[in-house]
Amino acid sequence: MIKEVFITETNCITPIGFDVAVNIKNIGKAVSGIQLQNNPKLLNTPFYAAVINDAELDLAFAKVTSAEGYSRLEKMMILALEPIIKKSNIDLNERTAFILSTTKGNVTALENQENIDPAYLNVLAKKVADFFGFKNEPIVVSNACVSGILAVSVAKRLIQANLYDNVFVVAGDEVSKFVLSGFNSFQAMSNLPCKPYSVNRTGVSLGEATAAVLVSSNKENAKIKIIGDGSINDANHISGPSRTGEGLYRSIQSALAEAKIDSNQIDYISAHGTATPYNDEMEAIALNRLGLENVPVNSFKGYYGHTLGASGLLETVIGIESVNQNTLFTSLGFDTIGVSQSIKVIEKKENADIRYFLKTASGFGGCNTAVLFEKVN
Amino acid sequence: MTVNKNYIHSFCTIQKNTVFLNGEVVFTTEENSFADFSKKVYKHFEINYPKFFKMDNLSKLAFLGAELLLTAADENSAENNTALVFANKSSSLDTDVKYQSSISDSEDYYPSPAVFVYTLPNICLGEISIKHQLKSENSFFIFADYEPEFMENYCNILLENQKADRVLCGWVEYYNEEYKAFLCLVDKKGETEHNHEQLKKLYNK
Repeated sequence: MIKEVFITETNCITPIGFDVAVNIKNIGKAVSGIQLQNNPKLLNTPFYAAVINDAELDLAFAKVTSAEGYSRLEKMMILALEPIIKKSNIDLNERTAFILSTTKGNVTALENQENIDPAYLNVLAKKVADFFGFKNEPIVVSNACVSGILAVSVAKRLIQANLYDNVFVVAGDEVSKFVLSGFNSFQAMSNLPCKPYSVNRTGVSLGEATAAVLVSSNKENAKIKIIGDGSINDANHISGPSRTGEGLYRSIQSALAEAKIDSNQIDYISAHGTATPYNDEMEAIALNRLGLENVPVNSFKGYYGHTLGASGLLETVIGIESVNQNTLFTSLGFDTIGVSQSIKVIEKKENADIRYFLKTASGFGGCNTAVLFEKVN
Repeated sequence: MTVNKNYIHSFCTIQKNTVFLNGEVVFTTEENSFADFSKKVYKHFEINYPKFFKMDNLSKLAFLGAELLLTAADENSAENNTALVFANKSSSLDTDVKYQSSISDSEDYYPSPAVFVYTLPNICLGEISIKHQLKSENSFFIFADYEPEFMENYCNILLENQKADRVLCGWVEYYNEEYKAFLCLVDKKGETEHNHEQLKKLYNK
């Protein structure tokens, strides 16, 4: 019999809250973290992004430790992990793994040409792992914008293979000059707060956040069960999604086949919804190919912006609250549908019974990940 | 968890201006740069894929390794559910540094989308997937060193769970002209058993 795997603890550090409860409260009130930024050190023109306040971050970090020498991202990651490691009371022994997922990690360390060591992702992972005293070598997942949700899939697979009993997963990325200039060079940035799936969407707003979960074989304290997953490449283009949504379609199919449920049983989808014209269109096509056009769907990018590798895990954390609070949250920034095939974007917060929840993400390199979750009683 | 044994169908190593296939030297040359070496490899194996020349060095390295293993294997394989599981130490840092130099001076600011897209390690998986039309599982991991036990475990998981029929897995490290690729094609049938001792031995060969 295949081992059951659960998510038993969650946390997140975002511009709209330093724990899950505050984030949910703000999402319920349609509060967005995206604001106009005027910071020439990051970009020479004003831009919209969801950024964490440095003073608040330092204050929160000082409450956890007096240790010094941690980067912004490291502080955000440690703050996301600290309460769940403490609360779970799990030995960080050979049976406990640590997965860190990120798209760009400490890429800002490249600004100091004298010492670029902190930019190595294994160095970042080791630093966070050593703060807590994990015994195993950290596993880093760096697969563009699916990193955070792919890390959940990897954790689940490693537990099912009986390699570990518990896996702590953290995902994080920050708003940097590096990433801003890159998205800007692609002309992929929105000149207003991003508007996923809307007709007048023009691109992403970037954001920064960290999220952490405990993936466990122990059902006690389970918040949700992980029942299927897939991460399949489009094999089409390195910087644009497939026009047929092939990889996403196949990733969802793979997750459904493993979970042994039909697509018509899915109650809620937290999609990627970056608000670029091509991404949102691709998702609508893939969802229609699976007959998912009438399933309530939202993108949380309107609250957080695109937090790159963090997004998949952050949106899973919020999605789990949707399931357990029987609430569908508004897809903020949406007005008039702007994809060629209809999908049911959540326009207003409402109550709903949610048993099966699908989380998806897609990214550069043609990557896609889909993970299916089931409510636990 | 592994009930069924899996096998190393074929393997290749690219390092120090030399290409090894299944332990034998199949190409070697003396060049001063990876750019020149990789071009020679491309020509020697009569690869005809102009997109190769727009790739960054990490993608070129991974692409050449995949080319040697998949071309030979695909001739008698209709089904192509070959997963890609790659890892390295330096992620895309070689291209990251190059991109960083294009944005660090406000007087000389020239960010290019063609460079930016390669500032992700998994782009090399995308390049291989496109060339071989692999609509399959793919994932990129970062470790301080080659981790044969993790690679063995993760490949076995994909094969046991029917997420893939074969797995092309291995190490593709490139930073500042220092490079090493060690790729294995892991299959359910074969002669060389797939396990971490074997992977370690072949990696160090």
